[in-house]
Amino acid sequence: MPEKSVYSANAHLSPIVVTSNVRVEEAAPLVRLSLRGGEAAASHAGASIGAPLPLEPLTSTMADKAAAFWLGPDEWQIAIQEGDATAVFERVETAMADTPHSLVDVSERNRALIISGPKAAWLLNSQIFLDFDEAVFPVGMVTRTLFGKADIMLWRQSEDIFVLEAWRSFMPYVIELLQEASRELEAA
Amino acid sequence: MTQDFRTSAGGRIDRSSPVDFTFDGKAYRGFAGDTLASALLANGIHLVGRSYKYHRPRGIITAGSEEPNALVGIAREKGQNTPNLRAPQVEIYQGLNAESQNRYPSLSFDVGAVNDLLSPLFVAGFYYKTFMWPRSFWQKVYEPFIRSAAGLGKAPTDPDKDRYANHYAHCDVLVIGSGPAGLAAATAAAQSGARVILCDEQSELGGSLLHDRTSAVDGKPAVDWAADAIRALSENDKVTLLPRTTGFGYYAQNFVALAERVTDHLANPDPRLPRERLWQVRAKEVVIATGAIERPLVFPENDRPGVMMAEAGRIYLNRYGAMAGKRVVIATACDTAYRTAVDLKAAGVDVAVIADLRPDPAGVHVDAARSAGIRIEGACVVTGTKGRLRVKSARLGRIRPDGSVTAMGEEACDSLLMSGGWTPNVSLYSQSRGKVAWDEDAGAYLPGASVQHERSAGSCHGVFGLQAVLEDGYAAGENAARAVTSAAKRPKVPAVTGGEEGAGGTLGALPHDRDPARVRAFIDFQNDVTAKDVKLAVREGFHSIEHIKRYTTTGMATDQGRLSNMNALSVASKTLEKPIPQVGLTTFRQPYTPVTFGTFATTARGEAFDPVRRTPMHDWAVEKGAEFEDVSLWKRAWYFPKPGESMHDAVARECATVRESVGIFDATTLGKIEVVGPDAAEFLNRVYTNPFLKLGVGRLRYGIMLNEAGFIMDDGVVGRIAEERFHVTTTTGGAPRVLAHLEDYLQTEWPDLNVWLTSTTEQWAVIAVQGPKARDVIAPLVEGIDLSTESMPHMSVREGKICGVPTRLFRMSFTGEAGYEINVPASRGREVWDAVWNNVEAVGGAPYGTETMHVLRAEKGYIIVGQETDGTVVPDDVGMDWAVGKKKADFIGMRSLARPDIVVAGRKQLVGVLTNDPKVILEEGAQVTAEASPALKTPALGYVTSSYYSSALGRSMALAMIADGRGRMGDTLYVSTAEGAVAVEIVSPVFYDAEGGKQVA
Amino acid sequence: MLLITCPYCGVERPEIEFRYAGEAHIARPAEPSKLTDEEWAEYLYMRTNPKGLLAERWRHAHGCGRFFNAIRDTVSDRFVTIYKMGEAKPDLERLVVEAAQ
Repeated sequence: MPEKSVYSANAHLSPIVVTSNVRVEEAAPLVRLSLRGGEAAASHAGASIGAPLPLEPLTSTMADKAAAFWLGPDEWQIAIQEGDATAVFERVETAMADTPHSLVDVSERNRALIISGPKAAWLLNSQIFLDFDEAVFPVGMVTRTLFGKADIMLWRQSEDIFVLEAWRSFMPYVIELLQEASRELEAA
Repeated sequence: MTQDFRTSAGGRIDRSSPVDFTFDGKAYRGFAGDTLASALLANGIHLVGRSYKYHRPRGIITAGSEEPNALVGIAREKGQNTPNLRAPQVEIYQGLNAESQNRYPSLSFDVGAVNDLLSPLFVAGFYYKTFMWPRSFWQKVYEPFIRSAAGLGKAPTDPDKDRYANHYAHCDVLVIGSGPAGLAAATAAAQSGARVILCDEQSELGGSLLHDRTSAVDGKPAVDWAADAIRALSENDKVTLLPRTTGFGYYAQNFVALAERVTDHLANPDPRLPRERLWQVRAKEVVIATGAIERPLVFPENDRPGVMMAEAGRIYLNRYGAMAGKRVVIATACDTAYRTAVDLKAAGVDVAVIADLRPDPAGVHVDAARSAGIRIEGACVVTGTKGRLRVKSARLGRIRPDGSVTAMGEEACDSLLMSGGWTPNVSLYSQSRGKVAWDEDAGAYLPGASVQHERSAGSCHGVFGLQAVLEDGYAAGENAARAVTSAAKRPKVPAVTGGEEGAGGTLGALPHDRDPARVRAFIDFQNDVTAKDVKLAVREGFHSIEHIKRYTTTGMATDQGRLSNMNALSVASKTLEKPIPQVGLTTFRQPYTPVTFGTFATTARGEAFDPVRRTPMHDWAVEKGAEFEDVSLWKRAWYFPKPGESMHDAVARECATVRESVGIFDATTLGKIEVVGPDAAEFLNRVYTNPFLKLGVGRLRYGIMLNEAGFIMDDGVVGRIAEERFHVTTTTGGAPRVLAHLEDYLQTEWPDLNVWLTSTTEQWAVIAVQGPKARDVIAPLVEGIDLSTESMPHMSVREGKICGVPTRLFRMSFTGEAGYEINVPASRGREVWDAVWNNVEAVGGAPYGTETMHVLRAEKGYIIVGQETDGTVVPDDVGMDWAVGKKKADFIGMRSLARPDIVVAGRKQLVGVLTNDPKVILEEGAQVTAEASPALKTPALGYVTSSYYSSALGRSMALAMIADGRGRMGDTLYVSTAEGAVAVEIVSPVFYDAEGGKQVA
Repeated sequence: MLLITCPYCGVERPEIEFRYAGEAHIARPAEPSKLTDEEWAEYLYMRTNPKGLLAERWRHAHGCGRFFNAIRDTVSDRFVTIYKMGEAKPDLERLVVEAAQ
């Protein structure tokens, strides 16, 4: 596994939740590309970002400063830590030039939260109905699901670190409910 | 106040921690560990409530959640009352303030008790009989009476200040109930390595082991064995222990809802804690270990305060050190009541007599009582009680061999403890959709075959006696674990001494020597249903127990009849002369006990009820004083009133500003879909009515989307960004629906097409700039795009930069004026908006909201999907036949446009409507008729769909859908208003710039 | 809340992640314009609505987004089998027999 995750806390923002056993922080901006198409397109795209795109359902792959998430049998999200979305888009698009596909820049569509700590899974279970037992939801698993009434993408980066992405206008709702659920962690 | 009825020692209360509380305003003292019921009993209080119908004085009967009488309201502050809490479940804390219910002005003197004297009026089915006539009495007499009398307790008046949490959990084995069976099951499952959740509605885990004074398990007192077992479970990481947590709902596929009471027992709860938590558990296997419930005896005046269940008397004594009375009569048909007698006697209570229905009581329990020197009378029945607010004596009678009863005299007592035997608690099994089966030997309904992955253990499925219950619990836990993991282990079952099974039991009304017309023996205490009521219901033709229940209200109490059902059933069965299984049993439903609304709502309230979606420019609009309206989940700026302006003033000003100068509008909420792939044009050609194959790169087209039935489902503007890339917009509310519709066709009808869809709604912030000065305003900010009409005409799109930010710039208009829609990455939306606004403001422009947008488009006769259309409108109906590609071979909904009901004459068509009086603004939805006062039942010709004041016209205007509307130009029709019908003229729906010269300028 | 297995994700998820999408195996006619009004009405509106096994479409709307087909027993509300879009419709009569065994 690479040293650094593509997701890092946005140093310009103060953390959203800080308790002794869980932290919620907003992730720094990223380039996000939505890729739809067949496995051939995925293979070219993977080569261009240095991380083969995952073909197994609900899995992810990581490279330095990049990650790719399986979201559906013809759908991936690619995340890259780089400043210029247009340049990244062109690079990946060019790599797939001969293969039917759809590549769309969705960098601005989503915001991401990093939820970490021994109570991270507990906190998420306040609104997410998934079983976070590691036998059921292992490290590296990624899925779209619901957080209360909001659609999200959830990725388990490590045992105690989850990344939650939602469309930007849904993020205040997600944040409010995470803060609400975390309040009791500080109670006696 | 002294605790006269407190034992000198023993129990699980902390006698070093006194707790002061009030009941009906009067101060009492109990101890930490007391429930409200045990503390009241220790203070000699039995009278705790009035019954629902007759307002008869009632006392504490049980020690559990099935309590029918001791319902109290508790308010931590004014307006926050929680009604109908069961006193045996309420843990006292310093300062607790409890109020009894159903009485006025006080418990001991209650005006409503007059109902008791009027009781002949309130027999079974009185709702259906008493209030029938005269009709005129309904509104003024009956309804107010019923409203004031109906309902248990007082609802809170203020919004709930407490917080409620939700938690989703998964486990291998969920065990509900932590008595001996549940503890054993959880232990076995946990030792097998399973993930276990063990919950119990009581404050402490352990169930009946907590008040078992005499049994020993593994050589240890039962209660110590329980403590050890609980400690071992709590040390296991894979086990979650949940006291104060009721498993209240068993749903499909082992989805079980639990309600955890987190802070109700605390004097000063930490405000960061939720009051209650809803656990939504998905369990691979469930073990139901909910025990059995002791049945009351149905004898005359069995509802007198001081009459209590025998096991409850034992629980209060052994667990809480509270004595039910100082001189006690025990009436029973069952051995287990003898344990109560023995324990009471050992605590120094005078046990006057055990009156046993059975002629020759025998066995280990009876022997124990006999050797304790307690008087035992066989073939002996209680035939009544005396005392006003508390029992003073019990009448006893001898049952002769022929079944008749002769009086034996009275026995003075201050408490009467009764036991009619045990009813297995099959509520949760029944909720799991299992069918209970009548077991003749047990004299009880027991769980039948499992419908879900569940099993019952212990007395809830008819296994009694501590040794047998433990064995059953271990087996259930082990089998549940085995179904989940192959590593299931069989733990050694500990040896038990004591806790033997008790024999006996009875069902239904007991014989007596009293005048049947004058005495009442209660079956359902909470609903005041007597044995006579059930018999009457049968006589009146209600033969199914489901009908009897609804007619008499028996079994409709907060415990759903767990206490009363079997007695009601037995009385019905005897009256019908049919065996019990043929009469049936009512279905137990969720919730097991009452659950607060807060627990169901959890965090979904206020701002967090639904996500509230805001655009990147939302704060700007707030700063500018905008009013907002909800459009699907979005907050949209509705209009921007200046100080002193009404909505009408603001909208008129905004409209005029756009028409004369320039306006800026936040269009971010429009749905956006990127359609990409070699077959993108072909796909759009199939889903829109309009032709798309030949749309040039850089051009826009307005498109209408139909469903397969031919009706308009959405509209929007589509831009061709590149040969294989389109930028599609949808209505704000229609975005998810349209995407699902398109995915459906792509995935299931045309999987061969190489084209894919991606939602980009939130990728872009969209700033609409509309009006004659639009181009001047944006031009200084734009780089790399020639904005001249020659180079970038109406309905075109260009990529470039604005304020240094990459943009997709649309030249388009929904106002009739020349204009642009600037798409920029969402996070840059606000800075671009600020820059554009700066220029707009400089030329005297204004921001405008959705109301102005609606007026401007209506002046142009542009429809809004969902306002002019209602799901039954085809393009021609709204004058948009021009948008239907006649030469196309097919598109979604095309075939339906040739349906006979679509091509028929007389369909409603979109028209403009001008009132003869230009000041009258019609109501949207108002009916349009041919005459001012048409005869009754004359169908309306149509209805108004949009109506506004138009500053461009200087008068009111409206759009309407009217039958054959286009054939009625110039006609005078009538529209209903609150003040009567007004005359209107039918005109073209395009009121402004019919030639369309302005928007292309 | 029912659990439904998504054949594309290969996991069981609560019903709330899914959207019902009507009866399955009703293909859109290749050339609608050649159909009579009766034939078109049959395609648009007529459904079998059986008591028992029904082939129906579901979409993993809040997951992978894929439509798939399922056989559900409308009496017991149990899913009998689930299969990907494009796969053949199982023999319902055989499923009934198998279920009875």
